[in-house]
Amino acid sequence: MHGFANPARFLRIARWLTPVLLLCGLVLAGGALGWTLVEAPAERLQGETARILPLHVPTAWLGMAGWMVIAAASLSELVWRHPLAGIAARAAALPGAVFCAIALATGSIWGRPAWGTWWVWDGRLTSYLVMLFLYFGYMALSSAVAREGGSTRIPAIYGLVGAINLPIIHYSVTWWNSLHQPPSLTSGGSTMAAAFLVPLLVSTLGFSLLFGGVVLARMRALLAETQTEARLRRMALEA
Amino acid sequence: MRETLDQWDFVVAAYSVAVGGTLALVIWSWLAMIVAERRRDESRRE
Repeated sequence: MHGFANPARFLRIARWLTPVLLLCGLVLAGGALGWTLVEAPAERLQGETARILPLHVPTAWLGMAGWMVIAAASLSELVWRHPLAGIAARAAALPGAVFCAIALATGSIWGRPAWGTWWVWDGRLTSYLVMLFLYFGYMALSSAVAREGGSTRIPAIYGLVGAINLPIIHYSVTWWNSLHQPPSLTSGGSTMAAAFLVPLLVSTLGFSLLFGGVVLARMRALLAETQTEARLRRMALEA
Repeated sequence: MRETLDQWDFVVAAYSVAVGGTLALVIWSWLAMIVAERRRDESRRE
């Protein structure tokens, strides 16, 4: 991993990897969602609304994965001072927040016919909503630090402290009574039928590749902006 | 006029939000990257 911290080496890899991840992600996610809409049968208990799950589960996973990236990059920045770590954390924040918001919206839309309500203030939903607000706070803080030139250690510490919410989200369905069902997919196996499990797994892979592609694209954009600003500042000093 | 929502209405709403939001994120990130890298390359030529 330390080798990728070199910006020149990172750019050499990211230039070809970004479009590959985005294209593969679009094909896989699009194919899985198309198959779910057209070919998958209606589920015995949930009916047609089970078709929402291959959207909701991957986006919910990526909402949490976004903060895992922020936490890992923040740790890397605080411990090893990797030059790209802060950029990686900032790049992961926006896609993480977008997927977090999509998971909340699709979960709410699924909940209305399945539970009879758009929203309940139970452990899973509330802790997940807290994560969306944590994302907003992180984006505001890291943008302010980048603009005003403060210490990048401040958003890094915020990113690590915010990671406390991840196990709370994960275990909320077992710690507290919840309308939200426990995980259907664990290391011990799956309780889902193959007609829903396969598109769910392919869709999760596709959305994860899209997430990776977007993070790389945003890292390249942030790196280019930093390099442009440094060059313009140097030219102004020389003039 | 229908009194209640069909299950497909919820499916269509969820797909619109998720697919629209994801595509907007992908396109915006790609365009922002192109613009930022073009601006950097132009500043190098100056």
